[in-house]
Amino acid sequence: MTVVGIDKVVVRFAGDSGDGMQLLGDRFTLQAAAFGNDLATMPDYPAEIRAPQGTVHGVSSFQVHFADTDILTPGDTPDVLVAFNPAALKANVEDLRAGGVVIVDPDEFTKRNLAKAGYERDPLTDGSLRHLTLHRVAMGAITLGAVKPLGTGRKDALRSRNMFALGLLSWMYGRPTDGVEHALRAKFAKLPTVAEANVLAFRAGWNYGETTEMFATTYRVAPAALPAGEYRRVSGNAALALGLLTAGWISRMKVVLGTYPITPASDILHELARHKNFDLLTIQAEDEIAAVGAALGASFGGALGVTTTSGPGLALKSETIGLGVMTELPLVIVDVQRGGPSTGLPTKTEQADLLQARFGRHGESPVPVLAPLSPSDCFDTAVEAARIAVTYRTPVLLLSDGALANGSEPWRLPKIAELAPIDPGFATGPNATDDSGDYWPYLRDRETLARSWAIPGTPGLEHRIGGLEKAERTGAISYDPANHEAMVRTRQAKIDGIAVPDLDVDDPDSARTLVLGWGSTYGPIRAAVRRLRSAGRAVAQAHLRHLNPFPANLDDVLSRYDRVVVPEMNLGQLALLLRARGMTDIVSHTKVTGLPFKAGELEDVLMDLMEGVAA
Amino acid sequence: MTTVDTETAGRRSGLALVPSDPEPQKAADYRSDQEVRWCPGCGDYIILNTVQAMLPELGLRRENIVFISGIGCSSRFPYYLDTYGMHSIHGRAPAIATGLAVARPDLSVWVITGDGDALSIGGNHLIHALRRNVNLKILLFNNRVYGLTKGQYSPTSDRGMVTKSSPVGSPDAPFNPVSLALGAEASFVARSMDSDREGLAEVLRAAAEHRGSALVEIYQNCPVFNAGAFDALKDPDQSLRRVIRLRAGEEIDLGPVGEDGRGTQVVARDPRGRLAVLPREEADSKSILVHDPADEDPSTAFALSRLSTQDLSCAVTGVFRSVSRPAYDDEVRDQAVLAREQHPPSIEDVIAGGDTWTVSERSER
Repeated sequence: MTVVGIDKVVVRFAGDSGDGMQLLGDRFTLQAAAFGNDLATMPDYPAEIRAPQGTVHGVSSFQVHFADTDILTPGDTPDVLVAFNPAALKANVEDLRAGGVVIVDPDEFTKRNLAKAGYERDPLTDGSLRHLTLHRVAMGAITLGAVKPLGTGRKDALRSRNMFALGLLSWMYGRPTDGVEHALRAKFAKLPTVAEANVLAFRAGWNYGETTEMFATTYRVAPAALPAGEYRRVSGNAALALGLLTAGWISRMKVVLGTYPITPASDILHELARHKNFDLLTIQAEDEIAAVGAALGASFGGALGVTTTSGPGLALKSETIGLGVMTELPLVIVDVQRGGPSTGLPTKTEQADLLQARFGRHGESPVPVLAPLSPSDCFDTAVEAARIAVTYRTPVLLLSDGALANGSEPWRLPKIAELAPIDPGFATGPNATDDSGDYWPYLRDRETLARSWAIPGTPGLEHRIGGLEKAERTGAISYDPANHEAMVRTRQAKIDGIAVPDLDVDDPDSARTLVLGWGSTYGPIRAAVRRLRSAGRAVAQAHLRHLNPFPANLDDVLSRYDRVVVPEMNLGQLALLLRARGMTDIVSHTKVTGLPFKAGELEDVLMDLMEGVAA
Repeated sequence: MTTVDTETAGRRSGLALVPSDPEPQKAADYRSDQEVRWCPGCGDYIILNTVQAMLPELGLRRENIVFISGIGCSSRFPYYLDTYGMHSIHGRAPAIATGLAVARPDLSVWVITGDGDALSIGGNHLIHALRRNVNLKILLFNNRVYGLTKGQYSPTSDRGMVTKSSPVGSPDAPFNPVSLALGAEASFVARSMDSDREGLAEVLRAAAEHRGSALVEIYQNCPVFNAGAFDALKDPDQSLRRVIRLRAGEEIDLGPVGEDGRGTQVVARDPRGRLAVLPREEADSKSILVHDPADEDPSTAFALSRLSTQDLSCAVTGVFRSVSRPAYDDEVRDQAVLAREQHPPSIEDVIAGGDTWTVSERSER
């Protein structure tokens, strides 16, 4: 038995959507986290809750990448695939790197299962897996044997197969096991027999690795040298929810989430619904329109109104966001983007709502747009979105996406006490500048252009707002042409003037090519840039977190480069916005498969471009 | 579901948490500085005056009253009241008001809407606000026509009504708003008329006191696009024969008053259990209906709502139903109170999430 130290490994578990792949992946990830590896994960599951068993479109998978250095993506190509049935093998085997390890349960490769998966010949025997290292492990049969003492029925006993795999992989990679049994007993505390079955299966998996001679080598991935601090693993949706909660905490405003369930945003509601001990209320509304309406109504009352959705829901909310623009009330709208148009690809990722976010309302209706660049950055971006919404009295759009929402990574816990407070600065008395003693709700702060904000319950400041055009300062209804012209321009100027940090450029080698991305493409772009640099190529990188307004130095930065490559998971929406600013040297690289970019493919694209080959 | 004090919440007044004003108020206190711009003769004027006269009676702090409207002629209403207000977007007022009512228990929240706003574009929000029993008072001005868009038929227009959008007659069947509200599990449903100031004020006061959603349908005359639609109910003689005024604990009757001071016609159950209007002398006295708006079972209230006919040969007014059940916004807040009692909030603990590890300054490679 040899033990080999490696710097990173990518493992993918795949099985039927009822086989417990997400739980398996989650536990394996937590072990890596506890061990101190850096990591990134990517779950992939079908839109159907229980798609037909044994078929390729019913396959659910979970990929985890863990390493001894900081990593940026869940990995392009798995090193190891654990396939629980023929369909899982078929759906995933082509992604493996050459020489990769495949672990299958040969008992699953029956004629019937092969047919369901669409295999004409048995891939275990027809030579099609020749380029891989194949291990046949009777995971089902051994699990049945291991849990036999519990007297569990066959069907229930087989459910623990995923924990057998966890045990085997834990052994292969020398993962710590102490936490696992404890966690399983805690998770199934109400079902002690199930807990015991899972523990027995887990031990059987570990022992199988140790006692058989099937695996000649085990691997060790050392802890990563991450910045010192306390860490947890966090998904994008969880981080976003915690960011909203924190925004309420530091602003001392009640957070009111009005939302309607939609994939892949629902987990934000699920997370926040658990924290009602904070000054937070959740409203599961009757539809997307009511959801944003309730949020805006709460904001009118002085709360921080928030609504969470995905692309189809954002379309429905457009009119109410317009009302938020007109009434100049804070509102945070989270769009966890998915493949579109229409129902599209509900469980897959895409970045194709950028233009909807920027322009998807009638009239001149500008709103700030922000996009987080990693799962943990969803926290900071949510706090920032709330800060802008409250400071400038405006709806703010936050564009997350499916890859960020469900992906996870280690997160160094933020120090809440160090966050700058958010101050709603409610009006408390009359403010008219004409000695009338009146209250003018549309009198503006000279610096931010934010309007005065008096909330119901404030005596003497009773006033009415609404969707009709407002007179400057007094906020009374006004159909005056000059007033409308002034108000349209003022609303635009307010958004244009939002304080946005300058765009940082990472360019150690004075490169001629800049890669500019936004949102969840940060990880793969960064990984590709690193690879190019280690191959001796000079390439600069910058990533936009603010998509409206853009950083003030954007044009300057872009003009310094011969060409700006803009990779996006859409047909070039950021590129369109940049070209509209008069930038001509934009090379748009786009992909709309519903899957994130791979570092390797971006590396190839950039390399080709720099070699002068048309991409 | 666990709640802190559902029963008390169910019984307390709709205004229980709204601060009161020790100073007496006048109707004039509720007039805003905006010029009222409805057409001359519009029923909205009477409703506005009635509301402005009724609000001081509630004795609430003016700044704790909010009117939220949708779009339509009636939805201009908040501009003319010197309270907090929002003129929102078409059909969405109940949703916006729900968020406000949930966030702010110290406010008396009113929704002003019309037949198009509430029953057409906003139908979904209306039924769900009623189902949830949010502490909102919804005043539905029903003029049976679209006024602001200049005269198209509405979801309460007569079938066959000729308008610009239905030159050979509307093919749509109308809603009965009271029946709809009862079907949507509303805990308080009433109907009144713009011309009946006294009856309207009475119903509005009862609505304000009710904890939970209150829907008040108000028949309202549009003098321009559907003039005289409710005239049959306004003529004193006609009204006597057509209008049933519901009064809790009293026999339900109508018609000219007889020597005994009672209406000559009564509402009674026929042998098949259906409600019918028949001459008093033909009715078995035991079968005459005594109105009980607090009846938990909504079926009698529903049957009463069906006595009202689209042609107004019979119109039932007053409070159909007023029952006590938990209000949504109370429930939502009670959950939060309970959660805080069980787990005082700690932002650091929530951020850490329970499963953390520490990376020290010099991590071993």
